[in-house]
Amino acid sequence: MCFWLRFLYWVFGIFRMNLSNGKGSMSTASSSAAWKAADVVSDQFPEGLRVLVVDDDPTCLMILEKMLRTCHYEVTKCNRAEVALSLLRENRNGFDIVISDVHMPDMDGFKLLEHIGLEMDLPVIMMSADDGKSVVMKGVTHGACDYLIKPVRIEALRNIWQHVVRKRKNEWKDLEQSGSVEEGDRHQKPSEDADYSSSANEGSWRSSKKRKDEEEEADERDDTSTLKKPRVVWSVELHQQFVAAVNQLGIDKAVPKKILELMNVPGLTRENVASHLQKYRLYLRRLSGVSHHQGNLNNSFISQQEAAFGPISSLNGLDLQALAASGQLPAQSLATLQAAGLSRSTAKSGISMPLVDQGNVFSFQNPKLRFGEVQQQNTSNGKPMNLLHGIPTTMEPKQLANLHQSAQSLGSLNLRANAPGAQSNPLLMQIAQPQSRGQLINEHTGGHVTRIPSSMGQLPNGISSNVLGRNMIADNGRGAAYNPVPQTSSVLSFPMNQATELPVSGFPLGSTPGITGLAAKGSFQEDVNSDIKGSGDFVPSYDIFNELQQTKSHDWGLQNVGLTFDASQHANPLQGNIDVSSSILVHQGFSSNQQSGQHCNASSVGKTMFSSGEGIEQANPQHFGQHFNTLLGNSQRVKAERIPDASSQSTVFPEQYGQEDLMSALLRQQEGIATADSEFDFDGYSMDNIPV
Amino acid sequence: MDRNQSRWQVALMRQSLFDQGYLDEQFIQLEELQDDANPNFVEEIVTLHYRDSSRLISNIEQNLERNPLDFDKLDNIMHQFKGSSSSIGGKKVKAECTLFRDYCRAENGEGCMKTFQQLKKEYAALRKKLEAYFQLAKQAGPTETACRSK
Repeated sequence: MCFWLRFLYWVFGIFRMNLSNGKGSMSTASSSAAWKAADVVSDQFPEGLRVLVVDDDPTCLMILEKMLRTCHYEVTKCNRAEVALSLLRENRNGFDIVISDVHMPDMDGFKLLEHIGLEMDLPVIMMSADDGKSVVMKGVTHGACDYLIKPVRIEALRNIWQHVVRKRKNEWKDLEQSGSVEEGDRHQKPSEDADYSSSANEGSWRSSKKRKDEEEEADERDDTSTLKKPRVVWSVELHQQFVAAVNQLGIDKAVPKKILELMNVPGLTRENVASHLQKYRLYLRRLSGVSHHQGNLNNSFISQQEAAFGPISSLNGLDLQALAASGQLPAQSLATLQAAGLSRSTAKSGISMPLVDQGNVFSFQNPKLRFGEVQQQNTSNGKPMNLLHGIPTTMEPKQLANLHQSAQSLGSLNLRANAPGAQSNPLLMQIAQPQSRGQLINEHTGGHVTRIPSSMGQLPNGISSNVLGRNMIADNGRGAAYNPVPQTSSVLSFPMNQATELPVSGFPLGSTPGITGLAAKGSFQEDVNSDIKGSGDFVPSYDIFNELQQTKSHDWGLQNVGLTFDASQHANPLQGNIDVSSSILVHQGFSSNQQSGQHCNASSVGKTMFSSGEGIEQANPQHFGQHFNTLLGNSQRVKAERIPDASSQSTVFPEQYGQEDLMSALLRQQEGIATADSEFDFDGYSMDNIPV
Repeated sequence: MDRNQSRWQVALMRQSLFDQGYLDEQFIQLEELQDDANPNFVEEIVTLHYRDSSRLISNIEQNLERNPLDFDKLDNIMHQFKGSSSSIGGKKVKAECTLFRDYCRAENGEGCMKTFQQLKKEYAALRKKLEAYFQLAKQAGPTETACRSK
């Protein structure tokens, strides 16, 4: 029991009792509150976890029941899928997790999985005596959060609670993000303009003000999220309304906001719709096969990712296409990255797909993840675009919108440093806004971070470790939220040595406040600043950034900082930059402090990216694109998604830059995102201005 | 004395089941689940298994009499049977199931039938052994059927 309490504290930063604190010191507090509000139990968690077991074999069913009871879970047995579904429908919040056999006479286990994912959004574990790769893959693509091979051992069941926690955390983050995004939009617009127009030097007070505003907003959000963590039950009628709305809008144009409006269901939020949409898209994809946009994506990657993303890419055509066009990131890279990161990559053709899928498919993923993926993909443009498409859809409405935009803007920015598309601008702006939500973002990042780590899991690079280290530290500063960071780091590294790292850094930077270390608010800044300053290389080349700035008013504030990285690094822009980027990111993170933390990262990353971008043209842009997307995404809250991006980037980079590049790219993205946050007032170059 | 002897015999018998390959690790998992709340858990599970799987056995038998053989269906049923057998730790039976499924995939009717006969033998043999084992264990007294240290 003690262990669990400690765990709770650690993860959520706040024990349930402290819910009333709302924001509290830890952003996660609200999450814990939210979590608490959820059905999970008490201090004794995971004891009392309510499990529904579905298996037509009575022997297995009885054994499982006994095993789960031994783990102190509350078990309900069911030998028919139909019965299980009706049980779930009748007790909407009566279960925390479902374990189902794959082969059942009355309904295929995967079908049941889909239903549960669409209607109840519970984590589902599949099991079977069949351990063939294709079946396991099917589980992944259908959204199972785990797959157990029979005969099941009790050890395998002891830790199933992690899926519940993960999901809750992600949901909570989504909630926060969506809330914050909205608020960010509202607040940011005016301030962004203001910030944008002011010179870097003057921005500081505004940044701080912004930061304050954001914090307040975040607080509010925290409170709200703490107060309630609504779990929408998607009844058949509700789902039908949803489907009708989607069909009316056209699957390609169906964005959560519009769907929400059409559905006109009181109490339903955009986030609810967004996450449901994500699942629905996944479901459709599966139905129609994954083929769609795969064509665009490079096949190399795709193999991994194929599965899910096809449809998604088609869905979002928007900016992604533009990005794709401009972006040079090979979709493959993204895909590979994603695939790598996601570990379960569904091997879909599109790059984005894999990432997206992962998010969606594995119901345990948050939309955010997807979102992140999207972003990353955007950067890659060519194929990645698809990703973006897919991703945004999966993301929650707000997030999706933001991410998409962010991704796109980033992508655009990165890719065409010199020719930011119109898209970028609006996107950046938008992204910037969400970013202001420092807290939310942070939280999101945190959320994502956790997610990503699960999918990615590996961090090979040394660099990443450095970066991560920073992030990690930052995280600690922030609080519980940061736990994920370490994970993300690993995840990031996964795809590409460097890339992995980068994503992580980028990711944490952007998305999770704590993670990137940047968020850490202050402690790192000092270090970073010195680092940054020290890196003579990074002379800010504003050109690119300036352009970017234009596209995105606030975001690029940080960009300036990033610019320091300077294009001069071309040859190995990334390599040299990486350190710098990291520092910058970190630095940036601090500037923005809480909120900016993320942004900072983004910006720093972005900057790094730019530098490299300049030097390396294609390669860079892509990286940037990715980075930015990632950054944007992250800041936005797409944390989890970032990781895939990182991976994608990695793939892209390796060709050109090697790990370091990726890292820097990632860092840059982070910065980019950070910059979006108007809070940063980095005068381009001088680190001094960065408020610590 | 008597008691100890009986327990000793039970332990020996149990060990031989493992040594001769009738049972595998999964059986131990079941033993570990047995506790004061369910003192006869293992026996209950085994009984349940035999009861339920007998219908699968006859199902396969019926399908093997068809002409032509529906290998997919056979494979499907066998998959279920295999899952059930593996959950009680029936090692030899499980091996026969795997072999049977291989023949199904190769669409080898002869192989399927031969394997099935062998499977039925193993299935019956294990059943007898387990019945004897549980009988002896009950006589020896309530405690240790599982010697494994927790």
